[in-house]
Amino acid sequence: MQSAFSTNDAITALPEILLACGAMAFLMLGVFRKGDSNALITWLSVSLLVAAGIIILLAGDGRVTAFEGGFVTDGFSSFMKLLTLAGSAITIIMSIHFMRAERIERFEYPILVVLATLGMLMMISANDMISLYMGLELQSLALYVVAALNRDSVRSSEAGLKYFVLGALSSGMLLYGCSLVYGFTGATGFEQIATAVQADSDNIGLLFGLVFIIAGLAFKVSAVPFHMWTPDVYEGAPTPVTAFFAAAPKVAAMAMFIRVVVSAFEGITPDWQQILVFVSIASMVLGAFAAIGQNNIKRLLAYSSIGHMGFALVGLASGTEEGVRGVIIYLSIYLVMTLGTFACVLAMRRRGGTVEDISDLAGLARNNPMMAFILAMLMFSLAGIPPLAGFFAKFYVFLAAIHAELYPLAIIGVLASVVGAYYYVRIVKIMYFDEPEEAFEPMPGEIKLVIGLSGAFVLLFFVYPGPLVTAAGAAAKSLF
Amino acid sequence: MFHIGLSHYLAVAAVLFTIGIFGIFLNRKNVIIILMSIELMLLAVNINLVTFSSFLGDLVGQIFALLVLTVAAGEAAIGLAILVVYFRNRGTIAVEDINMMKG
Repeated sequence: MQSAFSTNDAITALPEILLACGAMAFLMLGVFRKGDSNALITWLSVSLLVAAGIIILLAGDGRVTAFEGGFVTDGFSSFMKLLTLAGSAITIIMSIHFMRAERIERFEYPILVVLATLGMLMMISANDMISLYMGLELQSLALYVVAALNRDSVRSSEAGLKYFVLGALSSGMLLYGCSLVYGFTGATGFEQIATAVQADSDNIGLLFGLVFIIAGLAFKVSAVPFHMWTPDVYEGAPTPVTAFFAAAPKVAAMAMFIRVVVSAFEGITPDWQQILVFVSIASMVLGAFAAIGQNNIKRLLAYSSIGHMGFALVGLASGTEEGVRGVIIYLSIYLVMTLGTFACVLAMRRRGGTVEDISDLAGLARNNPMMAFILAMLMFSLAGIPPLAGFFAKFYVFLAAIHAELYPLAIIGVLASVVGAYYYVRIVKIMYFDEPEEAFEPMPGEIKLVIGLSGAFVLLFFVYPGPLVTAAGAAAKSLF
Repeated sequence: MFHIGLSHYLAVAAVLFTIGIFGIFLNRKNVIIILMSIELMLLAVNINLVTFSSFLGDLVGQIFALLVLTVAAGEAAIGLAILVVYFRNRGTIAVEDINMMKG
């Protein structure tokens, strides 16, 4: 027990240590280097994220715990970390042109993204409530600042303020839950909590703590009824930042959600299952109906992401290994679709400024048929129409829900996705059948690349779904 | 002789926590009050943690409380920084004026 900080611990947490040291070094570099260091630090940050990904790939998938059980790496954490790192790196690359055009390029932005990513990796690997809270706060504090990045814009600073207030509230609720769980189980480590929960599963204080923890986690994945911040923050934050919010933090928060309920509260599965069924139904339905009346595309995508988190929670609500596999597949496909869609939103520029209304897409099919086609495919995929990737994402979670005999959940989910298809298809209709507006500015190469890759993934996923499904299955297995 | 037990400490923490939450939602005047309410919530959590730690005879809770204190300081600093940025743009920090975007 009396083992101090050992080398093995440091090796297990090597990707995190690398990101932490790298972020601090780049900050110093940015401050002390003369001239504009934005481009240099952007590419250094991207390569740092790639390096962390390579270390995770090389480290293997065996379950290793470090720091007295506070930190764990296994197949699940490796998979989710790779997704998160990919999401962060791609959003940094996507933001380069936008930041320059809007004159808000600052070297702090990639560094803050790296710090937020570090927090996310901590969240994914957290195996103790203390490390979970520290990771979560590191991520949240960096995200609050990033949301208010465009500090001369009222909207951006308002987005930051709203996100801060509601985020701090949710952290408070999560912490209150942690304190109750600590009090009633006498431990903060997930394994010890799991043992204590097995022994005393009817403890009302414990359930109280569980509800508070789920409330805090639901806020972080923006599930109903804790979604209020999402549309405003998505609309107000600069578009690349919104793309970042929609991608990596969602994956990390969902991974943390899975680990908390599956490994710490496995003994009281029926209790959290009914909460998750409610949260997931509410998210799917609200995501489907509230998006219908939106005119701003970022706001629409905010409701869309609320709905998608509801679908992902369907898999978790089933509480089985198959369900977790469904969630992992869902998150992987969701990440690609979101990045592709936001790359299209970033390409919506006219006369040196951004346009964000859905009506601005009118007649895109005639001005830029390739972009219109891929965006249409992404929309169909988000709606879950076969044979696109989004269909398979929904297929696996609903399959898990049916095997877990949660029929009402699966039926409501399918109905919600039918309603949701309306507003996705409306965008396609506007692009193909409305009178064309002025063409968009030519898009930079990196945006083209992201749109092309995500379009190819969405279109061709059905040809060869095997590797992703197998990898997700292995990741889910390591958790049970 | 009146004995102060675990439940009394927990009740104080629960009351403080509830005041914090109500402070966020019922306050219509000033964002600074929201920041104070957030601090109140975190302090309620700390009371909980220290109480449990003392009654369980386990030090982990107090370490957790120290970490929460540290993070709360960072959180307040970032919150105030964002608030200053917002005030520069808008010239007001009244809660009812934070309405550029509906919702």
